[in-house]
Amino acid sequence: MADATVDGTIVGRGNKDGAALFRQWFEELTAAASEDRRGAYVFVMGSFCELLQTFDLPIVFPEINSLQTAVRRVAHEYLNEAEDYGYSPDICGYVKADVATQLRGGELPMGRIPKPGIAVYTNACNTYIKWAEIWERMYGIPTFVLDVPGTRAAGTQTWPGHPDFENDRRYVAAQIRELIPVLERVTGIGFDIDKLRETMTHANAMGRAWRRVLELNQSRPSLFNALSDGTIYLGVANGFRGTAAGASYFEDLVEEMEFKAAEGIGTLTEELYRLIFVGVPCYPIFRRFTELFTELGGTFVNSTYLWFASGGSNVGFQYDLEDPIESLAEGVLVSVRDAMDSMFFQTTILAEMIDSFAADGVVYHPIKSCRTVSTGLADNRRSLMKERDIPSLFIESDMMDKRVVSEAQLKNRIDAFFEGLESRRQQAAIRQK
Amino acid sequence: MTTKVTMDNGIAERVFTEWRDQPLDEVLYHCRELVEDPDYPTVRRWRDRGGKVVGHFQVYFPEEIAHAAGMLPLKLRGATLEATQADSRFGSYLCSILKTSLELALSRRIELEMFVTHPICDAARNLAAVWGRNFQYPCQILYLPQNANSSHAAQYLRGEYDRVRRAVEEIAGRPVTEDDLRGSLAVFNENRALLRELYGMKRETPWQVSAEDAYVLTAMGGMIPREEHNELLRAVLPLLRERPAKAQDRIRVVFEGGFCEQPPLDLIRAIGRSCYVVDDDLLIGLRWILDDVPLDGDPLLNLATAYLENSSYSPVQHDLRKPKEDMLLERIAGANAQAAIVTAAKMCEPGLEEQVAYTRALDREGVPYFVSEFEENMTSFDHLEIQLETFVENLLFE
Repeated sequence: MADATVDGTIVGRGNKDGAALFRQWFEELTAAASEDRRGAYVFVMGSFCELLQTFDLPIVFPEINSLQTAVRRVAHEYLNEAEDYGYSPDICGYVKADVATQLRGGELPMGRIPKPGIAVYTNACNTYIKWAEIWERMYGIPTFVLDVPGTRAAGTQTWPGHPDFENDRRYVAAQIRELIPVLERVTGIGFDIDKLRETMTHANAMGRAWRRVLELNQSRPSLFNALSDGTIYLGVANGFRGTAAGASYFEDLVEEMEFKAAEGIGTLTEELYRLIFVGVPCYPIFRRFTELFTELGGTFVNSTYLWFASGGSNVGFQYDLEDPIESLAEGVLVSVRDAMDSMFFQTTILAEMIDSFAADGVVYHPIKSCRTVSTGLADNRRSLMKERDIPSLFIESDMMDKRVVSEAQLKNRIDAFFEGLESRRQQAAIRQK
Repeated sequence: MTTKVTMDNGIAERVFTEWRDQPLDEVLYHCRELVEDPDYPTVRRWRDRGGKVVGHFQVYFPEEIAHAAGMLPLKLRGATLEATQADSRFGSYLCSILKTSLELALSRRIELEMFVTHPICDAARNLAAVWGRNFQYPCQILYLPQNANSSHAAQYLRGEYDRVRRAVEEIAGRPVTEDDLRGSLAVFNENRALLRELYGMKRETPWQVSAEDAYVLTAMGGMIPREEHNELLRAVLPLLRERPAKAQDRIRVVFEGGFCEQPPLDLIRAIGRSCYVVDDDLLIGLRWILDDVPLDGDPLLNLATAYLENSSYSPVQHDLRKPKEDMLLERIAGANAQAAIVTAAKMCEPGLEEQVAYTRALDREGVPYFVSEFEENMTSFDHLEIQLETFVENLLFE
């Protein structure tokens, strides 16, 4: 790695390697589909990759597949197909893109995904449950809700030793123990606890590194754009969780970010405004959406998306390998709960983020497709504005459906937001004189 | 007219007296008025007399726990009103019930000591946070298990109910003992039995109870003490049976899609003009548990077990033993219905998703169905009524 640092190739390595890993992942999925191997369908909030990897299952993330159709500008074809099948325009676009994917035999712009052999998912998003019921009907496969209770009220999280936490942990641990024989039956492979220890070791390394990467973006200038670069990192954080490749990728990423921090290399040539993004990206115009901010000197230093879409890996939970099942239960409980908190109870999280990342503004992006993330954002904004004197922007569009994305309207609002940021800065400068 | 009694929950007077000593039509009129009244006068009376209120959002809440603490469990099921203040707390693309339920509280039409929501859908689970940012009283999520098939689910839920019990104790300022809970289970067991009787009448002699009357009689349970609801049902059910009514040549239908947001009463009335609604999932949470909860043993465990093992179905509970489309077919067969009205509230993700499974199953089984969407605040039914009449005529003259 030292050589890479000397010749400068370390900068941008994370994006390059992330893209390569992503291609490799889809090549493997396509190969699995062509061999008619069945996959484990999972979601980003509580994927249980640590356990599923031990059963040699190809891991399929339908959310990631669906967002890729939007990034590659073909989502409308998939959405139309699912709506023709009977699904309402008013439901989650990810679900509909996946329905169409299944109707097309797994064909996607990036390759072909295997059919499901099992679906394992949490309740972090209720749509996960409804979504898996569709596969259950289509394929008659086992579906397993690994129910992870979340925070009951703002600021009331409990921790190991508390009776309520222990009640939740016993429930999660019992479900993991019930899932294992189902996986054995589906794959014909016996459970190997040492393999689990190995994948958990990789997950520990990834979690530590991911947490560090996020912290490093407190640097000024910021080292990566949480929206554009961050989404690449998320792809690896999910697709390669519990693998040596995933752990190694994030350790390299830490090295890259530490190098950039030491050298003062920012993601923008001239960073004018440090922003926080709340919500889900606008994938139908993904690159352009980011440019609407970066062209005006704004960069996203952090986002709730990097928290919840990594399944709460941002907390960097470290599994105890002496007691893998109980520790997996605790880790899932703490991490998935944190993912849910960053969607539902995010006022304190955002206030702390504003302080630690020296943010100049907060951009809320509620979307039509996702009520999990979007329902409470307007109210959260009111609440956050009472806690912190910081400008905010509230723009609605979608993560999948270009019919509800108006670039011109977004640009108008974003331009006005930046004018406000500039004016505020000028007034502050006048006051200081 | 008002008989002063001290009920088990310590409140000296009844909160709904208008119906007493009245003929059946007047009783039903007062029930309709109350169910449609967004000012919740019965809740106000309860509070005026020193009572405390736990507001619980749809679909199911173990009301016995609040009742055992002497509090009024109030079912929050939205309202037909303009969400003038609540609108600014939410984004677009959401169902109406979220907004109007919050509006009831923001406009102080209802006042609570505690609010509970559930992870029934992605929107509703946000409510604990939204309410918590707007009110000082405890606002929380009750995590009903979504893995109903886990052997540990009942034990987990027992622990979760115990957590709610402790929260309720703190607000009520008194302990909730096992005997308190058993007393409440008994009250609710009677209530469930009376509601089963009402629904039995809908199925067997639907000409004796219209869809809207059955609906308001059920809905009353969510807004008055259960003892009073029991008194009301005990008085009304025999009157309904004695009512001179003749069977008419109407299609027998099951109405599906009212598990959370409620259709306006006018819509239920409009459907009732064309069909006999012989079963439905309206306010299913009040009828979730299908039989008596045993009084022996651990009351919280019994209540938790009943939720999982002896319960109805809805699109927002996942249970591998209860595929929703099979359950709908069972409901249709059990009610000897000829057709189904498959509705969903606008922007209701689980309801809209389930419509696809329902209609495919109905197609497969050759059961005629009518698909529609509704909103609690809709005021025009002409178009829908014409469509429905056409659907019914097609069946009648097939």
